[in-house]
Amino acid sequence: MQQTKQILVIGNGMVGHHFVDQLRAKDPLAQITVLCGEAQLAYDRVHLSGYFSGTSAEQLALTTEEAYQAANIQYRLNCWVEQINREQQLVVTSQGGQFYYDELVLATGSYAFVPPIPGNDQPHCLVYRTLQDLDAIAQSAAVSKVGVVIGGGLLGLEAANALKQLGLQTHVVEFAPQLMAVQLDQAGGQMLSQKISALSVQVHTGKATQAIVAGAECRYQLQFADGESLETDLVLFSAGIRPYDQLARSCGLAVGERGGIIVNDQCQTSDPHIYAIGECALWQQKIFGLVAPGYQMARVVVSQLTGGGLSFSGADMSTKLKLLGVEVGSIGDAHARTPGALSYVFTDPRAQVYKKMVVSKDGKRLLGAVLVGDTSNYDSLLQYALNDMPLPKQPEQLILPAAAGAPLAALTLPDSATICSCHNVAKGDIVAAMDSGCCDLAGIKSCTRASTGCGGCTALLKSVVDDELKSRGVEVKNHLCEHFAYSRQELLHLVQVGGIKTFAELLSRHGQGLGCDICKPTVASILASSWNDYVLKKPHVGLQDTNDTFLANMQKDGSYSVVPRIAGGEITAEKLLVIGQVALDFNLYTKITGGQRIDLFGARLEQLPAIWQRLVDAGFETGHAYGKSLRTVKSCVGSTWCRYGVQDSVGQAIAIENRYKGLRAPHKIKMAVSGCTRECAEAQSKDIGIIATENGWNLYVCGNGGMRPRHADLFATDLDTETLIRYIDRILMLYIRTADRLQRTSVWMEKLDGGLEYLRKVIIDDELGIAAELEKQMAALVHTYACEWKATLEDPQALKRFRQFVNSPDADENIVFVEERSQIRPATAEEKRQWQQQIPIKELLVTTLAEDN
Amino acid sequence: MAWTDICAYEDLVENSGICALLNGRQVAVFLLELQGEPQIYAIGNYDPLGKANVLSRGIVGSVGEQIVVASPLYKQHFSLTTGQCLEQPDVVIPVYSVKLQQGRVWLNAGQQNQQASAA
Repeated sequence: MQQTKQILVIGNGMVGHHFVDQLRAKDPLAQITVLCGEAQLAYDRVHLSGYFSGTSAEQLALTTEEAYQAANIQYRLNCWVEQINREQQLVVTSQGGQFYYDELVLATGSYAFVPPIPGNDQPHCLVYRTLQDLDAIAQSAAVSKVGVVIGGGLLGLEAANALKQLGLQTHVVEFAPQLMAVQLDQAGGQMLSQKISALSVQVHTGKATQAIVAGAECRYQLQFADGESLETDLVLFSAGIRPYDQLARSCGLAVGERGGIIVNDQCQTSDPHIYAIGECALWQQKIFGLVAPGYQMARVVVSQLTGGGLSFSGADMSTKLKLLGVEVGSIGDAHARTPGALSYVFTDPRAQVYKKMVVSKDGKRLLGAVLVGDTSNYDSLLQYALNDMPLPKQPEQLILPAAAGAPLAALTLPDSATICSCHNVAKGDIVAAMDSGCCDLAGIKSCTRASTGCGGCTALLKSVVDDELKSRGVEVKNHLCEHFAYSRQELLHLVQVGGIKTFAELLSRHGQGLGCDICKPTVASILASSWNDYVLKKPHVGLQDTNDTFLANMQKDGSYSVVPRIAGGEITAEKLLVIGQVALDFNLYTKITGGQRIDLFGARLEQLPAIWQRLVDAGFETGHAYGKSLRTVKSCVGSTWCRYGVQDSVGQAIAIENRYKGLRAPHKIKMAVSGCTRECAEAQSKDIGIIATENGWNLYVCGNGGMRPRHADLFATDLDTETLIRYIDRILMLYIRTADRLQRTSVWMEKLDGGLEYLRKVIIDDELGIAAELEKQMAALVHTYACEWKATLEDPQALKRFRQFVNSPDADENIVFVEERSQIRPATAEEKRQWQQQIPIKELLVTTLAEDN
Repeated sequence: MAWTDICAYEDLVENSGICALLNGRQVAVFLLELQGEPQIYAIGNYDPLGKANVLSRGIVGSVGEQIVVASPLYKQHFSLTTGQCLEQPDVVIPVYSVKLQQGRVWLNAGQQNQQASAA
């Protein structure tokens, strides 16, 4: 009668949720009740700092109330347990609720330890643990300038990242002489300190905080044992975690001397009907503060409750992560404590990379490793350590730079090799999934759950899948369409290498059929990016989407909208009047765009040249709102007017917009320049975002708004204008040369092997030696820019296309407007039908035409 | 049915379309080059899915063996020879006969494909 057992779970953190999830999968009938202390169900605590860089609480959520309801899981939120009555197998909550259980699972987790420093209980002294904590931190940061994290461990550095993202001057204070003393050796810790200091987070090691008193410059002052002090407005404690074990203590369960609910290999506490999993559990005197071991414990208890024989046998505490943008990895015996262990060390002081490998006395087995600044070897090293694989004859090759290009071939891994430790997925599971028909990464992820936990194994998973596909003879195709068996990037190379200037030539030499609405605009864009020919030159005309053909944006009724360029959003009163007068004269609907310019709607095809003649005469240029090209460079008003601005963001935005206007790319490009860290121009949501600093400009890349928002990544800091432009030139040209059709920079970067780091290597370090060439190509494009509308107005052949009918001066009778809020809008189908019944078409035409003049 | 003189051959745009008015009806006329030979096609200009007169402004090309235009609004493909919408079997648009005589383009107001007359 196991199915009808009452299973009660206290705690709904990542581990508690994983337990519920796994139990429900194994036993559809179990009666599961969850008591959750927080206001929402489980969320991803591993990626908590993402909350400050744009990840919403919804995105962090691991489940929803609807999902729990659908899975028939009872749950209570904001529900704190007061007492466990073991005799009656009953739990009482602080609201007086009573829950009986057959089996009880404690997944109460841990809380942030606040050291007993006098003054630690003041309003702006906070901890970093829950979403609620994060909201409190954000509130405090809004009225603070300086923030200090007390604790330089893994979580402390995560917390420092959060403060930095909130725009605070950030300090980290650590009692030990180095950062991350648990995971890194001393040299690794020092390298990490150096790298983090370079990112403008000040590191203070070997400092014992003795009191938090009122500050002179800031809200508080930290007083250290060595007599020194540090001023700050906000204090964030991240000095370790303590298991939530009070409940267990008060009901008489065995707990460890320094806390933690003692469990056996089955994760049972001293009461056989009560289990403990995750950070509240103490196994062989050890607390496991990572998610993967917690998940393992969860699976062990599920197995126990469903008649399985799984037991817990400890966990690998290896970890790879990015702290404040610095890659850090730690595997196994990082401190070389195993008797007789030997260490190989590689240091690159210029690139600030530190790698250490700890091997057994005989040099045949890998015991541990420390990686700072470059974790590209992590996956290979971890596999050697976990699978006890024999090391190569010269093991140092594994961490030397020359070996970086030859990671451990995924094919050589045994089937037992763990690929994803969060969900305990072995290589064999992945191969089995592929045998049963999954053949892409997304499918394998959803069917095995590999790489859906912390995400640290993403790259390894991809190489396992790719290698496996290759070994099965599957070819991964990236063809543009049925007419070209090439990717966009390959076509671009064919065009540039072959000096191909027209679509017809490319099609006859490398394609088949007549082309289509996919390859034609793509090739048109490639030709424009390569040679910058006038897009309406005869051979290119038929290649363009209608918007590019008529240099305007087609709307739903076949009319067009017109957007003149207003670089940086700066416009004179005279020019505003011109736009207003044009809109009045042609009866256009006007709307301010998100890109700080003005869109004029309701222009008929045949009106476009006359409208543009007026605009060009007044000094306007085309805004390329129709093109896969630079749209706008949004700006805030900057130091010229604003009290807070530190640089002239408007001037910079105008210069940049004028430099890249007309540039044809795989997709549209948006940019912004903010004059200070308050970021009023929202630069971090753009493909290229620039934020002024006291010393120059911070460059952010590959952000996106819209349907698939992505916060831009900080690419380089404190650049002078010359370097800034040079980097943007290189990035844009690389994007144009390597991106797929209709791929925004955000997706392009995510798909780029090596991601942001690789991009930095190519753009900043010029590792491929192509920087000069990229700049040269951009310079050529910049210098051959011409306003397409100006060119069109001067070309009678091109102007001939701007008429509705080749054989009549009439207008399209299907374009009909009505008035709404004192402007025009397209008539609905119903409105058109009604009028057509009342008024003869000819008459209607006369009235609509008359409105134009 | 009667033939109507629409425009000069030079008014057509190679590998693209123009729009003509034929007895009050809008007709999209395309000039394609097939194996070096110019070929003219004429279909209705009205896109019944996008509900606008825009097909002359679409991109022409081929899908398999079919010669098509893609609507600039929602990108459905219409055969230039049969008027059939490739994505929606129940949608067929009118196709008109074309002839080239002494450098002039003529259209016949009688539709080639009778099944589309209701569209």
